[in-house]
Amino acid sequence: MTEQPIPAMLPLSPADIRGRRQWPLPKLADPNAPLLEVRDLKTHFRLGRAWVRAVDGVSFGLADGEALGIAGESACGKTTTALSMVQLLPGNGKIRGGSVELFGIDLVQKSERAMQRYRWREISMVFQGAMNALNPVIRVRDQIAEPIQYRLDQPEGAARQRAIDLLDMVGIPRKRADAYPHELSGGMRQRAMIAMALACDPAIVIGDEPTTALDVMVQAQILDLLERLRRDLGLSLILITHDLSVLAETCDRVLVMYAGRVAEEGPVRRIFTAPRHPYTRKLVGSFPNLHTDRRSLAVIQGQPPDLLTPPPGCRFAPRCDFAMPVCTEVVPPEVRFSDGVRVACHLFPTSDIATVGGSTLEGSTLGDMTQR
Amino acid sequence: MNGRYLLRKVTQAIVTIVAIVLLMFLLFRIMPGSPDRAVKRPNITIEQVQALKAQLGLDKPLVPDQLVTYVRSTLSGDLGYSFKFRGQPVTEVVADAIGPTVLLIGLGELIAIVVGLALGSLSGWRRGGLVDRVGNGVSLILYSMPYFVIGMPMIIIFAAGLHWFPTSGMTTSGGSSDAVSQLVDLGSHLVLPLVAVSLGLIGGYSILMRSSILETRAEDYITTARAKGLPDRRVLWTHAFPNALLPMVTWIAISLGYVIAGAITLEVVFNWPGIGTLTVEALDSRDYPLLQGIFLLIAVSVVVANLIADLVYGLLDPRVHA
Repeated sequence: MTEQPIPAMLPLSPADIRGRRQWPLPKLADPNAPLLEVRDLKTHFRLGRAWVRAVDGVSFGLADGEALGIAGESACGKTTTALSMVQLLPGNGKIRGGSVELFGIDLVQKSERAMQRYRWREISMVFQGAMNALNPVIRVRDQIAEPIQYRLDQPEGAARQRAIDLLDMVGIPRKRADAYPHELSGGMRQRAMIAMALACDPAIVIGDEPTTALDVMVQAQILDLLERLRRDLGLSLILITHDLSVLAETCDRVLVMYAGRVAEEGPVRRIFTAPRHPYTRKLVGSFPNLHTDRRSLAVIQGQPPDLLTPPPGCRFAPRCDFAMPVCTEVVPPEVRFSDGVRVACHLFPTSDIATVGGSTLEGSTLGDMTQR
Repeated sequence: MNGRYLLRKVTQAIVTIVAIVLLMFLLFRIMPGSPDRAVKRPNITIEQVQALKAQLGLDKPLVPDQLVTYVRSTLSGDLGYSFKFRGQPVTEVVADAIGPTVLLIGLGELIAIVVGLALGSLSGWRRGGLVDRVGNGVSLILYSMPYFVIGMPMIIIFAAGLHWFPTSGMTTSGGSSDAVSQLVDLGSHLVLPLVAVSLGLIGGYSILMRSSILETRAEDYITTARAKGLPDRRVLWTHAFPNALLPMVTWIAISLGYVIAGAITLEVVFNWPGIGTLTVEALDSRDYPLLQGIFLLIAVSVVVANLIADLVYGLLDPRVHA
C-alpha cells in the first residue's frame, strides 16, 4: 500500500504536511513512519455469550495528505472501523485483534487515559447529522474552543479567537459564532462540525457520512469545502459513506468493505472504471450514471450475512453471481495488482497476478457490467 | 429567553391563581357545615342565628354578593379569622407556620437536590458500577419509604435511645434567651427531621436523574465530547449533566411547590410547628377559614414554583423560545 502515489493536484508534499504541524508529533512517534497503518483489525460486539464479527480483519493505510474513501452498504463495518481507531466503541464493542499504528505507535495497546491524548489532537471526526453531534445547550463557538483550551492548553480568550477564526475559514460569519446549534441551518452546522474537527490541527480527519443528512446542493458545498481545506491545509482524510458519488469526487483511493472485510481497495479511478470484485461491480453498477440507460441499474439480490455466524468462506459468496465451490469454504486471499488495486476474491488466484494485465481484465469487467 | 416568553408565563400563572381563588370559593360552599352552625349552642335562638348570618353576610345570595366580598377581601389579604385560634386572623396563623416549614423542607430539598442529582448522575454514568449498584439500591429503598417510616426509627434510636437529639418540636420551652444558645437549640431540634426529609427526597431525585443521564449518555454529542479527548469527568459534568438536568427541572419545581405545603406526616411525627401540622389541626377542628387559607397558600406556591421552573428552563435551554 505504500506504493500509492500522491495525486499531482496536491501542492503539499508529505514532508511539507508534517512540517506544517502546529504541534509536535506525539512523544513516541517515529517521524519516518507512515501516517496510519491499520493491520488485520478485528472489532467484535458482544451479544449475550457470542460475538458479532462487525469488523473482521481489515487492513489499510493512509499517507500524509491523502483522502481515503471507505464505501459499503449499511452495517458493513465502516463506522465501527472508524470508531475502533480512536476506541470510541459502544460498551459491548471490543477490539479483539490487529493494530492501528499512527506514526508507528500502536493505538490499540493504549489505555483509555492514554488514548485521550490522541483523540482530536491526532485523529478528529466529523459526524453525520451535526444537529445531534453538537451539544444543544452550548454555543457553537465554545464547543469549538473547548478542545483548543483543554487539549492544547490555550487560554480561554485565545481559544475562542481561534474558534471564531476557524468558523470564518469554513464560511460561517464571525457574528454568528455565538449562535447555538439549533440557530444554524443543517449546512452551517456541518460547517461548524468541520471547524471543530480542525480545532487542534489534527493529523487525520475522519468524516463519517458527513454529507448524508444534507440536501444535494449543500452536500456539494460541504464537499467543496472539504476539498479546499484538504488542498490548503494538507489534511489527511478518511471519508466514510455509502454514497459512491461522494467518494468519486473527493477521494484518492477507495476501500470497499463487505460484511466486516475488505472486498477491494485501490485508486479511485480504477475502482470506478475497472471494478474487479463482484461486489464492487454490483455496487458501482447500482449507482445511476448520466451516460448510460437509467433503467439498467443493477440490484444486489439478498441480504448481507449474519455476522454472528458468518459464512466460512467468502462472505459475499451467497449473493455472488460467480460463486464457485471454493468460495463457500475458503476465505479468499488478498491479491495485489500492478495498478495498485488489491482484491479479496477467488476469481483472481494468487498465481495469476503476474499475468493479469490491466487492459484485458478491464475489458472483461466493463463488458460484464454493461451487459447487466 | 425573551420578554414575550416571560410575559406569557407570568400571565398564565396569574390566570391559574384567579381560577384557584374561584374554585376555592366553590369548594368551601359545597363542603358540609357552615359558620353559623359552628357556633350553635343548645340555647341559641333562631333570631340570634339570623343576626349572626346577617353579620357574616351569609344571608346575601352566593353570586354576586358573597363572591364579590370573598374576592375583594382575598385580594386585599384578608382571609378571615380562625375558629380554633380564638379569632386570630388566618393570615397571622399561617404566617407563623411558614417559617418552620420553609426552614425544614426548604433545607431538606436543597440537600436532597444536590446529593440526589450527584448520586443519580454518577450512577447513570457508570451503569452497573459500584456507585450504581449501591446507590440505586439505596435510592429505591428510600424512595419507597414514607417519611414516618424513616422518621420514627430515627426518633427511637437517636432521640429516645441515645439522647443525642430532642425527640420533637422546634425549640425547648423556657430555654436560654441569648441568640447563640437559641440557635444551637434550634439546630439540635432540626437535625433529625432534616435528615429524614433529605433521605426521603434523595431517592426520587437520584432515580430520575439516573435515567435521565442514561438517556443523555447515548446521545451523539456525548460521543463527540469523548472523541475530543476530554477527560471523563468533563464529559459528564459539562456535556451530559446540563442536558440531563432539563427534564429534571419540572420535577424539581413540582417538588418545590410542596415546600410550603410541608410534609404532613413528617411534621406530625416530629411535632414540627409548620404548615403540615397546622393543616392537621385545622382539619381536626373543622377550622374552615384556616383550611381555606392554607389551601390558597399551597396552591399559589405550587403555581409560583412552576413559574420559576419555566423561567429557569428558559435560562438552561437555549432552544426554549416564545
